[in-house]
Amino acid sequence: MSTPLLEIKNLHAEVEGNEILNGINLTINPGEVHSIMGPNGSGKSTLAQVLAGKDDCDITQGQILYKGKDLLDLDPNERACEGLFLAFQYPVEIPGVSSMQFLKAAVNAKREYHGLEELDGVQLLQLFREKADVVNISMDMVKRNVNEGFSGGEKKRFEIFQMAVLDSEFAVLDETDSGLDIDALRIVSEGVTNMRDGKRGFLVITHYQRLLNHIVPDVVHVLVDGQIVKSGGIEVATELEQQGYASWAEAEATAS
Amino acid sequence: MTQATAESTTRFADAHAAVLARADAAGTGALNDTRRAAFDAFTAQSIPTLKHEDWRYTDLRELNKTDYAPAEPNTDVTADDIAPFLIPNLDTHLIVFVDGHWREDLSAIDEHPEGTAIGTLAQAYAKGCTGITDYLGKQVDLETDAMSALNTALMEDGAAIYLKPGKTIDKPIHVLSVATAKAAGTMTHPRNLIVAGEDASVTVLEHYVTLGGENYFNNAVTELFAADRAEVHHYLLEREAESAVNISTLEIHQGEKSDVHSHTVLLGGKLVRNNVRPTMAGEDGHCLINGLFVGHGDQTLDNAMRVEHNAPNCRSRQFYKGIMSDKSHGVFTGRIVVAEEGQQTDAIQSNRNMLLSDDARMNARPQLEIYADDVRCTHGATTGQVDPEAVFYFRARGLPEDVARAMLIYAFAAEGFDRMQLVPVRALLANEMIAKLPMANKLSAEFNEEIKQRLYRI
Repeated sequence: MSTPLLEIKNLHAEVEGNEILNGINLTINPGEVHSIMGPNGSGKSTLAQVLAGKDDCDITQGQILYKGKDLLDLDPNERACEGLFLAFQYPVEIPGVSSMQFLKAAVNAKREYHGLEELDGVQLLQLFREKADVVNISMDMVKRNVNEGFSGGEKKRFEIFQMAVLDSEFAVLDETDSGLDIDALRIVSEGVTNMRDGKRGFLVITHYQRLLNHIVPDVVHVLVDGQIVKSGGIEVATELEQQGYASWAEAEATAS
Repeated sequence: MTQATAESTTRFADAHAAVLARADAAGTGALNDTRRAAFDAFTAQSIPTLKHEDWRYTDLRELNKTDYAPAEPNTDVTADDIAPFLIPNLDTHLIVFVDGHWREDLSAIDEHPEGTAIGTLAQAYAKGCTGITDYLGKQVDLETDAMSALNTALMEDGAAIYLKPGKTIDKPIHVLSVATAKAAGTMTHPRNLIVAGEDASVTVLEHYVTLGGENYFNNAVTELFAADRAEVHHYLLEREAESAVNISTLEIHQGEKSDVHSHTVLLGGKLVRNNVRPTMAGEDGHCLINGLFVGHGDQTLDNAMRVEHNAPNCRSRQFYKGIMSDKSHGVFTGRIVVAEEGQQTDAIQSNRNMLLSDDARMNARPQLEIYADDVRCTHGATTGQVDPEAVFYFRARGLPEDVARAMLIYAFAAEGFDRMQLVPVRALLANEMIAKLPMANKLSAEFNEEIKQRLYRI
């Protein structure tokens, strides 16, 4: 079997002295889509931030291997250049920088990292058009400033568009479904589904099952209090939807 | 009167006497009564201290440390010396002053339409052009503004620009004030006058630069009259050496449906204060006051705006942005005054500042004073650092930290540049701004060039 895309081994992490992740083990192979579900405060977003390299999370124990390399040795920008992508739960508005400039800089930073020649304006535009079709967004969005004045749905679609443009190998979607109406949810899910090619990996973090009706995951994990308390197929998500998180939290409390 | 203020007024008395004595030879003897009255007004107030409401954050005691003498005419400065201060790719009329004295040989005033005049204040007096000179002092309040009173008491020359109704001067007029600063302790009090008749239109750039490194004091006043439906664009580019104390004041009088755009960019100088004060005197007027100040080292850059809405239905927009690093100190005071007559005023004031070091400081005071009951006025001031969330967002897309920070800072300034219609001026200022930023030298020249072009559409 090929090297896993991501291997998380006994990961413990703290934010401001509070232990948020409490021994996570998770392996994602190329082509797989995993989902992490969990109640508020279970550590879902912290896990996403740790993977992307946010510096206010302290790793106290454990290891993360990305394509066999120690991920924690890499700066956030190096991780991105290595193909790791975080779709933000709250994409940041950047007045003054057009999305076009931002994407050009990002694409060429990645190319420079890999020793490739920069793409010129024409090539970039062609790339953007191609990817805009894949995720079904309008090029008008690219002309506006990064996320500035975007609706919640537009912000999330723009994240998916960036994921496509940067040709990410492994994407973490941090509650991409939060604040989306049904149409936006469908467009975002289709974008992800269109990018599933048997090689790319996805980690879809969500609070609700509804996103998983669109992006059907291979494995669903339930995260409670910084630990994965159950893993299984899509039926896990269905159960959760029916019973709620409370029963899992109780089960975990009894077990420990 | 305290001992210090007594000393400071005595000191300026010698300078005042010297200016009066040489005025006849310069052709401005007719102004001596005005100068004397102004000196009395100055003496009654003296140099403002921190106790003065308008000067709470900027300490002018620096001015009491030196016996400034009026700068003498200088003939050594050559065209080669001033060449670096011309604005690349911008065709302008050029009026050059060296140490406050007009240098006809260095100036280049091209053809301009009949019914317009581009020259100097001394020329206007010498030729008896009352169409221009009658305006002098009309927009300045000597009793409440000590520094403008001092300017009036010590003024010798400046640019005089006049347009009869309906006239347009297409090419921008570049008023280049060069300080030699080869000897310490000189001062100049440039006095400019811009009079645009009904439906006239003109663009003027006031540009302050320095050749040497000695300390000096520059105290400029510009009065700008935009009659009904006139359109005037004014730029003030402060690029002096960091040995200069510079106070500049732009007093604006606007008629009905007139449109005035003021752009102030403070980059140079040690202790700098810029005042912009439009009075909206006619209905349906519009003014834009756009400012960008970028400080480093121990510079003080103080911006004071006062917009008076004295007529109904006027629109004013103030946008000021500051970027301060090292131990520099920025000040913004913006005041919108709406008189009872100013119904349907639409005024917006915004001041946003970025501090790039722990020791940089910013004082911001947005103020509203409203006597009318049907107006829309908004104001706001924010001061922060480069947003760490935004830096992380950029890094998560593959951009190194330095690049991310630089892009965010350059982008912060972009709005200020975007509002300037003269693209070559944007280019000139962007280069200088970038050179002042702490991370700029860590980045490649290519990167800076490319980002500049992209963000500022240069």
